[in-house]
Amino acid sequence: MSNFNKIKSITIKQPLKLDCGKEISNFPLAYETYGNLNEKKDNAILIFHALTGDQFASGVNPVTNKEGWWNYAVGPGKAFDTEKFFVICANVIGGCMGSYGPGTVDPKTNKPIGTNFPVITINDMVNAQYNLLDHFKIEKLFAVAGGSMGGMQVLQFVSNFPNKAKVALPIACTASHSAQNIAFNELGRQAIMSDINWKDGLYDGETSNPDKGLAVARMAAHITYLSKKGLQEKFGRNLQERSDLKFGFDADFQIESYLRYQGSVFVDRFDANSYLYITRAMDYFDLTKQHGGNLSKAFKESKTKFFIISFTSDWLYPTPENKDIVIALNAIGADVGFVEIKTDKGHDSFLLDVPDFLSTIKNYLSTTYLNVNERRI
Amino acid sequence: MKEEFKVISKLIDEKSRVLDVGCGDGILMEYLSKNKVVDVRGLEISKEKVKKCLSNGLAVVEGNAEYDLKQFPDLSFDYVILSQTLQAFMSPENVIKDLLRVGKKVIVTIPNFGHWKIRLDLLFKGEMPITKNLPYEWYNTPNLHMCTIQDFYNFCNNKGINIFKTISLNGQKTSKITPSNLKYKNLISELGIFLLEK
Repeated sequence: MSNFNKIKSITIKQPLKLDCGKEISNFPLAYETYGNLNEKKDNAILIFHALTGDQFASGVNPVTNKEGWWNYAVGPGKAFDTEKFFVICANVIGGCMGSYGPGTVDPKTNKPIGTNFPVITINDMVNAQYNLLDHFKIEKLFAVAGGSMGGMQVLQFVSNFPNKAKVALPIACTASHSAQNIAFNELGRQAIMSDINWKDGLYDGETSNPDKGLAVARMAAHITYLSKKGLQEKFGRNLQERSDLKFGFDADFQIESYLRYQGSVFVDRFDANSYLYITRAMDYFDLTKQHGGNLSKAFKESKTKFFIISFTSDWLYPTPENKDIVIALNAIGADVGFVEIKTDKGHDSFLLDVPDFLSTIKNYLSTTYLNVNERRI
Repeated sequence: MKEEFKVISKLIDEKSRVLDVGCGDGILMEYLSKNKVVDVRGLEISKEKVKKCLSNGLAVVEGNAEYDLKQFPDLSFDYVILSQTLQAFMSPENVIKDLLRVGKKVIVTIPNFGHWKIRLDLLFKGEMPITKNLPYEWYNTPNLHMCTIQDFYNFCNNKGINIFKTISLNGQKTSKITPSNLKYKNLISELGIFLLEK
């Protein structure tokens, strides 16, 4: 990963009090931008990434040389049209693409911080990213948007900063991480922590790395991102480069080979400790509890327009959990739109080429941009 | 613009909060927000139509009025509109109850099954009538509970629902419906528009 010098970042000097009680200061937050901020500074959209995303939402990620994770949605003429909007995306704290995280080298020891890194929350991530508004001197964002964990950050952002975004797009997410999702995350963490190379989180990343554990974590998680129907249609019981079963434990089936591949490429770009910290942050996310059991209170101070989207085949963050957010917003008469998009692509739909989803966002954003600036909100 | 929407728009005061239940493509919502200072929301069951509304920047939530009206608090809207949809519900009675709970005032429009053309169709042809407002065959109609203006009028009276205004719409022509002309209007109106309160 030699291209780390191509990463832009700000240094957050003032202390940030974390939910765990610790305080951090003078830490880096890596970001990327797409498009141009206009003179009025009213066209900025802050995009939040999901569990394994990073700041490179569009174009080519200079570190991995792979396409940005939201290439279908972010770019010129796309849903988040960078010819119109100035898109900002930051790597969350706890991440491993240049922001302060467990992989950051501690200057005192010259080793990665590892599990000495404090446990962080979605709230901490959002509070750190809020500094980007000051950095770009943006008084109010046009929109905040994100899917999955990115959607949780959208909800937390509006709750923390009720009048700093005109529009909020939480996609395929939840206001309160479910037992099932905590269970899946725990499975991933256990896979990592039971890898002998994890060494209580103090692996050096050069000579030893819990690659096996991290790959298994990714394989398990990957299944949850797809739908049963999608898997069946794509792989069925197709065999992998063989005409018959081999009566062994090689990857006989295409689905096995596919998952192994997903696991192996993931370890090249992701840090195992970051995986632990970020999944923990998701598990701790409970915006309803933050507001005394009443989710509506999270949005009571806000005039933000909400547009919530779920997907029919998403069983990880299913429609009812997204609808709970809609219900909480309707309970306080908030301005809310909601649609469930029909697709077989599972939770991953928000990252994929789902034309209905992408065109609806594109049209919603361009119409709403005109509306809010004409009518004032 | 549909004549019906003009009539509905006239019934709504400025600066009010409006919920359009079964808002379809959002044409009425757009008409209202262009012609009045109102805060208007929509509820619609069809994904395609919801996407169209959202693409036009309208605050529309995908949902089924029979279940999803429950999420709106009591009297949270000044007006709740139900345009030509009542007949399609499993339980129109419960929907009306919920509309009256959510809205301070409720505007319901009814395609009138008592119109003379419909009566003649049934009388002379002996077949289920097919008209401009009711274009379906008996076997594919979404309309489960057709009623006449007279029926709905009786329903409101029996349930103790206050009718503030009843307007008849026949083609482009609007007229008031009163207890004394009800029988006649029930014969000549294509559409009945009711302004109700609990």
